[in-house]
Amino acid sequence: MTIGLNHYLILGAILFALGLYTVLTRRNAISILMGVELILNSANINYVAFAHFSSASIDGQIYAIFVIMLAAAEAAIGLAIILAIYQIFHTIDVEAAETLRE
Amino acid sequence: MEIATVLFYVIAGITVASAAMVAFSRNIIYSAFSLLGAFAGVAGIYVFLGADFVAAVQMLLYVGGILVVILFAVMLTHRITDVQITNRAAGRIPALLLIGIFSLLVIQTIRESSWAKAKEIVYAPTAAKIGDLFLTDYLLPFELASLVLLAALIGAAVISRKELKE
Repeated sequence: MTIGLNHYLILGAILFALGLYTVLTRRNAISILMGVELILNSANINYVAFAHFSSASIDGQIYAIFVIMLAAAEAAIGLAIILAIYQIFHTIDVEAAETLRE
Repeated sequence: MEIATVLFYVIAGITVASAAMVAFSRNIIYSAFSLLGAFAGVAGIYVFLGADFVAAVQMLLYVGGILVVILFAVMLTHRITDVQITNRAAGRIPALLLIGIFSLLVIQTIRESSWAKAKEIVYAPTAAKIGDLFLTDYLLPFELASLVLLAALIGAAVISRKELKE
């Protein structure tokens, strides 16, 4: 059996589900960021897979590169915010840092 | 079975196992290091898809950049020995149910859909084409990306600096 588009899409779906689980269950802000990275990776797999199998162009790869770039910016900003929260609350548990909610 | 098929399943298996480790591990250090397997596995998948440049970018930016930044943050914010409180998880059962239903629906959809097929599948070097596209069709997004990166750079430096006490 040759590897087709469906294999890659299902791999992307599994990665997305695992990332979603991480985001939903973790209470640690850094772990939540890790889950977001997994989700972005799964989206990228889909972009590149569709570019490879469904269209002759490589536009999908360009989108994937933009997503990677935005993920890098997101990780830098997110971790800077987490460090700032840690300096104030001395924890990065997202349930502890809820001052804004009140 | 062809060797390419075996290789695909090995790489996909490593990717999924590492991602599962990220999702289910009790220790945040293990989670962070497992991300290495997930990111490198996805880079391997890109190689399978004939996307050599994207695979290189993935290795450089994810494995070399984002992973190091995440590990850095983990080391800076934790008493690493406190495994119990470092990686608390809540609401496991509803989340498992949710992603179970989600996976079933998505995989069902993927199986039933008839996707558009390219006339021929090509394996060619992509770096030159990507460079051309960035400087022609995608020039505006490309320039916007540089602005976003500049803003992220300044923002990260401003947010994470120490407040000056008057």
